[in-house]
Amino acid sequence: MMNRRSFIQAGVSLALMGGSVSAFAMRGAKVVVIGGGYGGATAAKYIRWLSMNQLDVTLIEPNKEFISCPLSNLVVGGSRNLSDISRPYSTLEKNHGVRIIRDMATQIDTNARSITLSNGSQMSYDKLVLSPGIDLNMASIEGLPEAHASGQILQAWKAGAETLALRKQLESMPDGGVYAITIPEAPFRCPPGPYERACQVAWYFKNFKPKSKVLVLDANQDVVSKPALFKKAWEDNYKGIVEYRNQHKAIAVSPKEGLIKFDVQGDVKADVINALPAMRAGKIAQQTGLANLANNRWCGVNYQSFESSIAKDVFVIGDAIQVAQLMPKSGHMANNHAKVAAAAIVAQLNGLEINPSPVLTNTCYSFIDDKNVVHVASVHEYVANERTYKVVQGSGGVSTGSTELEGSYANTWARTIWSDMLE
Amino acid sequence: MKYYPVTKLTLVLALMMTGESHAIEQQVLFTQSLAATCANCHGTAGKGIPNGSIPKLAGLKNEYFVEQMQAFKTGTRPATIMHQLAKGYSDEQIRLLASYFASQQP
Repeated sequence: MMNRRSFIQAGVSLALMGGSVSAFAMRGAKVVVIGGGYGGATAAKYIRWLSMNQLDVTLIEPNKEFISCPLSNLVVGGSRNLSDISRPYSTLEKNHGVRIIRDMATQIDTNARSITLSNGSQMSYDKLVLSPGIDLNMASIEGLPEAHASGQILQAWKAGAETLALRKQLESMPDGGVYAITIPEAPFRCPPGPYERACQVAWYFKNFKPKSKVLVLDANQDVVSKPALFKKAWEDNYKGIVEYRNQHKAIAVSPKEGLIKFDVQGDVKADVINALPAMRAGKIAQQTGLANLANNRWCGVNYQSFESSIAKDVFVIGDAIQVAQLMPKSGHMANNHAKVAAAAIVAQLNGLEINPSPVLTNTCYSFIDDKNVVHVASVHEYVANERTYKVVQGSGGVSTGSTELEGSYANTWARTIWSDMLE
Repeated sequence: MKYYPVTKLTLVLALMMTGESHAIEQQVLFTQSLAATCANCHGTAGKGIPNGSIPKLAGLKNEYFVEQMQAFKTGTRPATIMHQLAKGYSDEQIRLLASYFASQQP
């Protein structure tokens, strides 16, 4: 449904613009997207595209380049470079007319519909897409805030400088050393990610430091994604290298002694500690109160449009939302959220109905080594009378085993989704 | 952008000017949204990417698209992933997708 104020604003700016030819109601309405990850960049492009370039779209993103989290485990493993998984944002501007502001949004006033940037300037919006990603709650593990700040214990869960720093730690580790990754309780960003990382580090050790070990210390009862496939890979490819331990919830780290403490189990020592703390919606979502669910951890949305359940004209997408059943916090899913939100925004600003039956797909490819890949896939339909998404009965599934063919699809998937969101 | 005080007259004028063509059509928007669920792997509007290993969908013949999706669904066409994804789409959705991709320039 079109909102009266934005409709009037759109109409007025249209009237002021004079006799522009293909004028209609939404021209002049201003959409701002905060965050240029898989969700936000896709939203910016698709709002321009679906509105036939009639809507004014501004993307606020501090980084010059997009760096993909999917495939970043291959950089940790050493079979790819960071440049292989980076793409410029400039194509959004050049090909689609998205205005890009290289800055951070520090405040949102959802009543006044205004955003404050870190440089102090303010801007207004008619519709806001918030794609803030996750915030890593370092304080959920004692000693981690300091150990992380000093660069001794890394997350490398947001791809970029830390990805390379973790790679360096592994390169400096002597053969015979131990790499330990701690996994928080689900939900967290990229459910198969920690287990894929274990494979990638093990692949590196197998080839270059064969006496070394990978310890997977998981707060969960079992491997959260593709358990049978990952366990088979560890057994078949990395026997004697990877050791998986469930119910290991890290509560403290001490980098000096290389020590990890758990809530129940005994201490573990490691040469390289890669601690993944509990995760929650990105900081700006917390500050604005948009993270209103699960102890203020995730953002509640109306799933038909991804409009916030508590702030009108604000659409929250990606890893920051409270997920529906079996909906992973993945880049692919964020890209699909973005498309539903983009279509809803274009519909609202045109006085059209919002799609009554949106569809989302998900595909997560995981690399077992540098070439062989497994997947998990699903299709989700909006069920109107329950106001949620459900996996379409009979759809989805996982690979029968890892193959190079799926490796080739995974590589094309990455290049295609980057193109779908940025080019 | 600055906004100015609005009167009913301006609004009416604005509305009169909106009657032009190029308006977004509801069904077109819904179909584009549905087709966008294929775009992650097959490219925006099914146009793919250069040297990709995943087939492009833009320009595929309507009947061919329907046939292949049904073959994925029933399992007569083997696949790594499409047999799992095809089952997520109804026959009606497959018809909509088929005509959409058939109308796209490859």
